[in-house]
Amino acid sequence: MHALLDVSGLNKVYEGSGRRVEAVRDLTFTVDAGELVCLVGPSGCGKTTLLKCMGGLLTPTAGEVLLSGQKVSGPPPGMAFVFQEYGRSLFPWMRVGENVELPLKQKALSKARRRELVADALESVGLTDAVGAYPWQLSGGMQQRVAIARALAYEPDVLLMDEPFAAVDAQTRADLEDLVRGLWRERGITILFVTHDIDEAVYLGERVVVLSASPTVVQEQLKVDLPVERDQLHTRVAPRFAELRTHVYEQIQAAKRGTLPVQDRLTKTDTPPLR
Amino acid sequence: MKGLNTALGAAGLAAFLALGEVVPRVGIVKEAYFPPTSRIASAFWDELKDGAFWSALGDTLTGWALGLAIAVGAGIVVGVLLSVVPHLREATASTIEFLRPIPSVALIPLAVLLYGTELKSVLLLVVYASFWQILIQVLYGVQDVDPVAEETARSYGLGTWARVRHVLWPSALPYVMTGVRLAAAVALILTITAELVIGAPGLGATIAVAQASQAVPEMYALIVVTGLLGLLINVGARTVERRALAWHQSVRGEVAV
Amino acid sequence: MKRTLLRVLFAVALPAVLVALWWLASDGSTDVYWPPLRTILKTFPDVWTGDRLKTDVLPSVLRLAAGYATAAVVGVALGTVIGSYRRVRAVCEPVLEFLRAVPPPVLVPVIMLFAGIGDTMKIVVIASGCVWPVLLNTVEGVRAVDPVMKETALSYGVTGVARLRTLVLRSASPQIFAGLRQALSIGIILMVISEMFAATDGLGYTVVQFQRSFAIPDMWTGILVLGLLGFLLSVVFQVVERRVLGWYHGLRAASRRSP
Repeated sequence: MHALLDVSGLNKVYEGSGRRVEAVRDLTFTVDAGELVCLVGPSGCGKTTLLKCMGGLLTPTAGEVLLSGQKVSGPPPGMAFVFQEYGRSLFPWMRVGENVELPLKQKALSKARRRELVADALESVGLTDAVGAYPWQLSGGMQQRVAIARALAYEPDVLLMDEPFAAVDAQTRADLEDLVRGLWRERGITILFVTHDIDEAVYLGERVVVLSASPTVVQEQLKVDLPVERDQLHTRVAPRFAELRTHVYEQIQAAKRGTLPVQDRLTKTDTPPLR
Repeated sequence: MKGLNTALGAAGLAAFLALGEVVPRVGIVKEAYFPPTSRIASAFWDELKDGAFWSALGDTLTGWALGLAIAVGAGIVVGVLLSVVPHLREATASTIEFLRPIPSVALIPLAVLLYGTELKSVLLLVVYASFWQILIQVLYGVQDVDPVAEETARSYGLGTWARVRHVLWPSALPYVMTGVRLAAAVALILTITAELVIGAPGLGATIAVAQASQAVPEMYALIVVTGLLGLLINVGARTVERRALAWHQSVRGEVAV
Repeated sequence: MKRTLLRVLFAVALPAVLVALWWLASDGSTDVYWPPLRTILKTFPDVWTGDRLKTDVLPSVLRLAAGYATAAVVGVALGTVIGSYRRVRAVCEPVLEFLRAVPPPVLVPVIMLFAGIGDTMKIVVIASGCVWPVLLNTVEGVRAVDPVMKETALSYGVTGVARLRTLVLRSASPQIFAGLRQALSIGIILMVISEMFAATDGLGYTVVQFQRSFAIPDMWTGILVLGLLGFLLSVVFQVVERRVLGWYHGLRAASRRSP
């Protein structure tokens, strides 16, 4: 059985004005269909670069990304991207409904079907009433919901989210995290979620991939064996959550210092320490 | 990167000049109407040696500078006055909106009657057109003053004049500089226009004479001079703007009126 | 109710006062150049009959429209191409900066050389003067499209014409409109000048004729008509701009409220 997403030996080097920066050295991991995987790592470790390579927005210098066995060389129709800067990703001259509908026009769908998808997506994020508003009339959290709705309406196989909640206040972030988990469970999409917030990664993910510092490689992968039903109040105070979280934190600290040896190619591991 | 861009730009310019040389000679356009670059260049050189040219240039620059100075002074004074005296701005808003779009060229017949070909007819047109550019920008600038700064000043008991000097003026300065830049360009256009149409002494008049006497390469050479003049004024205005605002964190984009 | 009344009062007060002052100050005037306002207004309907409106005003406005429309289309099209490719922009920049610095009125004698003094000449003059602000502002607007928006479009497969239509041109539209506004002022100036310089009909031509034959009150009515035309065109432009750029004004207001 081969994985939905297969990243092997991904390498990205930026060259410009005489400097050569190896943002990503060698990333290898897989994502199976229906998984919710979180990527964490120290700042500047190339998480965004990795995600953009996976989404076909950047061309890797070496290595490849396979989506359902097909090499990704440009943004594939099976992937949708949610950016961190929602304010600059939604088109301010279009209303919410039109924004959500825009990517659908690229797919050969009938008008009725498009309408259906848009209404459905907006309902899932709880913004049915906002369909006629302009994005700049909405709060930050609502704008990010619209961006998520836009990605959902596109009916992608894989949803790539690049630190989507970093620019939102804590309370809104909590709501949005629950929204993403809820959508994941309802629709069974595969989600790849990049974040610098360790708590968020452990709370959301079924699996957490820890990245090393630049030049980046996969530091560790660990399975989050928390119950499938999670909520902000109880899950976050569960002892298991604390253990996982501490472990990830230690990994990242080590990554920053560059002390821990890097693991070889592995698909999934189960490494949480027993205390 | 920057070096490459400059090189590309130079290449573009060279290509343009080369086209200007080749196209008339090859016959795609009539040489009588579009003299080749080399012919224009030699006419340009002849002009530079001609005393009359320099006197015309001087006349143009005089009209431009004087008109601009009057417009800037009047624009700033009126702008500040309108902003400081309560209610005056609202009362004058409709009048400004009506007078502003009136093309200054409408005043040409009047100028001819009143002042003939004197400098004053040039000034009438230049001042009228440039004044609005300055005024609008000053009003924008005042509108943009940070209300918190204004209230702070007021709470410290600063009188009207002190507030103008320390709060209003520094905030409005970037806009004023933009206004001066726009007004400088407009002033040049109107100066040349007045000379061209009315016949007041200056480059515009010389161009009209060249056209009437079918001295085509000379006409083009003079046009090149006006273009260079325009360029110099643009570049000069931008440099002044940058120097004067070196201390000011100006993140506005250019708001065209 | 009271507020609207106050606003109307403010709008009308000063103009009314100025007109009244003009009337009174010029009432008994025997100065040739400053006829009484009363005389000017009386002459108005005699001079600007329906017939003259058709033979002089209409051609002028049509020529302006033709030149302006040509400049708008060419300016936006070329500007989009130049603004989209960094290298092309670098090559064109010095030449464009020079050409745009040439004061548009000097083009009249040049264009007269090969286009005579007919309608074509005037339309070409207007177009060649109006194209620069549109072109340069379009280049600026297209260049400055937000990179995050560009990536969003790319990630959803929005390319080619759809991308131009829904992203690039819409994003650049505020800047393009700024250029169109400048072009309008230049267009009016060029329309009048081309007619004053060499013509057989048109608004500019008519007013100059009045001035040359010392029909001063008629000349003044001509100046009023020119002023009125400038004002009306400006109003029309603002109405169109407000409709097309409604989203932009809303966006600016929202970001001003919460930085």
